Amino acid sequence: MIARARKHRGSALWIAALVHRISGLALVIFLPLHFFVLGLAFHAGARLDSFLRWSDQPLVKFAEGGLVFLLTVHLLGGLRVLLIENFDWRDGQKQIATVAAALSVIIAFIFLARVF
Amino acid sequence: MNVRLYLWQRITAAIMAPLVFVHIAVIFYVTRQGMTAADILSRTHGSVAWASFYGIFVAAAAIHASIGVRNVLSEWSPLSERHAGQLAIAFGLLLAALGFHAIVALVLT
Repeated sequence: MIARARKHRGSALWIAALVHRISGLALVIFLPLHFFVLGLAFHAGARLDSFLRWSDQPLVKFAEGGLVFLLTVHLLGGLRVLLIENFDWRDGQKQIATVAAALSVIIAFIFLARVF
Repeated sequence: MNVRLYLWQRITAAIMAPLVFVHIAVIFYVTRQGMTAADILSRTHGSVAWASFYGIFVAAAAIHASIGVRNVLSEWSPLSERHAGQLAIAFGLLLAALGFHAIVALVLT
């Protein structure tokens, strides 16, 4: 019974919904920190500059690549939901969700290639 | 989630979608253009367009994120709907305050 109820969890669309939620949660954690750091621009940005110098290290750049992935995958996943809810149903939702995830990975890699 | 919150979450998502595309383009642009505080402030200082764009973005993000937080807390935590709603409102207000503070810092200083 439980196994049957959990069968849908292997579905690409269930995983897409989970990725959308997890990426949203991660962005919710990141956004206050992001805004706080940008707020350091007061007083000609001296404190912002010291943060930017700190952020110029490989591990932070990798984390930024992760954030670009999270933002893109949340955007594309959200667009898919908006299209489903507001327009006629289109087949191939699993493929669309997979392409959205793949595009997000590619965009994150392009970002990493630019910053390194 | 009630119908009112559902509509607010979808409306703010629709508002933010084009803004996020532009924001990703900005992220890619600034990684090539230098990332010192002086570089950033030279683009943002006194810019009404920049303040308007990110002002709308911050407002929409604060509403969208707080509704998302409320949904996650009510579905994944033992909190009651009421407490989840209160925490979500507090989070949304904090996010809006930090976001508008950042805009003021980048545009008016």
